[in-house]
Amino acid sequence: MAFNYDKYLRLQKMPTLWCWGCGDGVILKTFVRAIDKMGISQDDVCVVSGIGCSGRFSSYIDFNTVHTTHGRTVAYATGVKLANPDKLVVCVAGDGDALAIGGNHTIHGCRRNIDLTFIIINNFIYGLTNSQTSPTTPQGFWTVSQKAGNIDPTFNTCNLAIASGASFVARETMIEPKKLEKTMIKAMQHKGFALLEVLSNCHINLGRKNKMLSAMENLEWIDSISMPKKKYDALTPEEQLNILPTGVLKHDTEVKEYCEMYAEIQKVHQGERKKITQDDFAKKI
Amino acid sequence: MATREVISTGNELAAIAAVDAGCMFFGGYPLTPSSEVMHVASDLLPKKGGVAIQMEDEIAGICCVIGAAMSGVRALTATSGPGMSLKAENLGLAQMAEVPLVCVNVMRGGPSTGLPTRVAQGDILQSKNPSHGDYKSITLCAGSLAECYTETVRAFNIADRFMQPVIVLLDETLGHMHGKADIPTVEDVEAGIVPRKRFDGAPEDYFPYECEHDEPAVLNPMFEGYRYHFTGLHHDTNGFPTEEIETCRKLIQRLEDKVALHEDEVESYEEFMMDDAEIMLVAYGSVSLAAKEAIRYLRADGIKAGLFRPITIWPSPAKKIKEYTDKIEKVLVVELNIGQFHSEVQRAAARLDIEGLFKVNGRPLSPHEIVSKVKEL
Repeated sequence: MAFNYDKYLRLQKMPTLWCWGCGDGVILKTFVRAIDKMGISQDDVCVVSGIGCSGRFSSYIDFNTVHTTHGRTVAYATGVKLANPDKLVVCVAGDGDALAIGGNHTIHGCRRNIDLTFIIINNFIYGLTNSQTSPTTPQGFWTVSQKAGNIDPTFNTCNLAIASGASFVARETMIEPKKLEKTMIKAMQHKGFALLEVLSNCHINLGRKNKMLSAMENLEWIDSISMPKKKYDALTPEEQLNILPTGVLKHDTEVKEYCEMYAEIQKVHQGERKKITQDDFAKKI
Repeated sequence: MATREVISTGNELAAIAAVDAGCMFFGGYPLTPSSEVMHVASDLLPKKGGVAIQMEDEIAGICCVIGAAMSGVRALTATSGPGMSLKAENLGLAQMAEVPLVCVNVMRGGPSTGLPTRVAQGDILQSKNPSHGDYKSITLCAGSLAECYTETVRAFNIADRFMQPVIVLLDETLGHMHGKADIPTVEDVEAGIVPRKRFDGAPEDYFPYECEHDEPAVLNPMFEGYRYHFTGLHHDTNGFPTEEIETCRKLIQRLEDKVALHEDEVESYEEFMMDDAEIMLVAYGSVSLAAKEAIRYLRADGIKAGLFRPITIWPSPAKKIKEYTDKIEKVLVVELNIGQFHSEVQRAAARLDIEGLFKVNGRPLSPHEIVSKVKEL
């Protein structure tokens, strides 16, 4: 029997504002299926989205939802989570939101290792506002703010997250929703900061001037620049240069989660344990 | 009402007040001269099961506070002028989405980095409209150590009543002043807590932003079965984004009217030796302490001066100001900026001959400077 999404959707908000063929809808449906499989009550989930096409994500789904200012999802979610450590808090933002204006919150969310799931939908462009350069727009692409060709070097989202201390880091594409669903469940089940980059299409505003006029052409390009980590690891460094590996790239269950560490702070102040010292941590510097 | 005597600083008292008023969350970023608010909150909140977190920047500081407040807890942030500038956009979201929180601003010299360790009152106009757009700010200004406590407590209750951020202005002098203060007992503060309204009907009948034209939204805590949407966009009664013309108009008008039509509930001022005053001083914050001393000297010299001290700065006690300025010819506004509240007194008075004594070099105004100025009038 086909999956019934209705329970999780705000049907009165349908149809979405997203363009025909946009990957955001695929990712939204994947998220709904993942939550359903995890068996969590909608009441126990908070979804925090940013600004941009993906910012609308939170308004279409029937959970406790927050549509924040541009770039600030992780900061808002940190407050929600710390005040409600037993709830599932999920952030959804685009590449511009998470890596440009919100870059600072992204790296510090990773560093703190607070138990949030951060889904970054990377379509390589500012899609909502007509094709400006994002931190993941490939060099040499046309953008409306760099019509002569983009010269700005790109961020590698997952490498950034790994370097910043996130304990779970993964990348998938919206081309394979089943695989995406499995990884999304792993990310949400992980105790700690889980960053999941999802490569998605924007044939309207990325593709139109970069020779990917249809969703299919855009997806073929995504397929050509991504491959499972196992295959990627077998490539030479030269071959790896223009490929983004997919799958779970880091999964560390040893590192301490922030809310749990904060509970120790509370215990210190309540006289239930000694002060926290360097002896409490394996990593000293 | 029973009081207790404490020896403390203004910044410490603001933090203690927040905790006594039921605050369970602090988020912020170190910023002179406000940092002691965070220092004390980080000791007191975990003791009672709350959280205090130092975030990566001022913006994250206000954002996590809004997030915690959205989920239903009383939440506090503290900063100074540069931090207020950075928090401005998100204070706007809290106005738009009607999220109650308290933001303590311990004023220092500005603009820009200004005079980080020195006193000023240059954020009066900023606190009226920190963010773009239309809404009606509520700003309270402590004028003594005790008021650093009582105004912070009052701010939390007002925030929950009007469902919006409330700014508490301290200044560097008050924030770092160390002395004795008589403050209410914790029992009295707890007894005075008026929590935000909540909807108890069936979730399908719940429309958080469906309210009278002059009333705030009724926002239930998260995770209790009332699922709705927060957004900084114009929104409908369910919180969903809309561009419907009449809905947009009504929303913004309501943000204005929920405060404008209930100003009497937040109005607060002090009249000091005003009964027979022939000269009226207007001062607030730490400057009012110097003004009071100046008035005692002036009265000893036979000059009948009095002080009008706004405690709620925004909305300003404009009617009361006009009552006095209609009767009293000589009016002198004394402040540590170049006439930021002076312009409000001129507006309220509908007079352009209001005198001013302004100082912007980072130093406090002495009683003698005020006495000399009054004698020149």
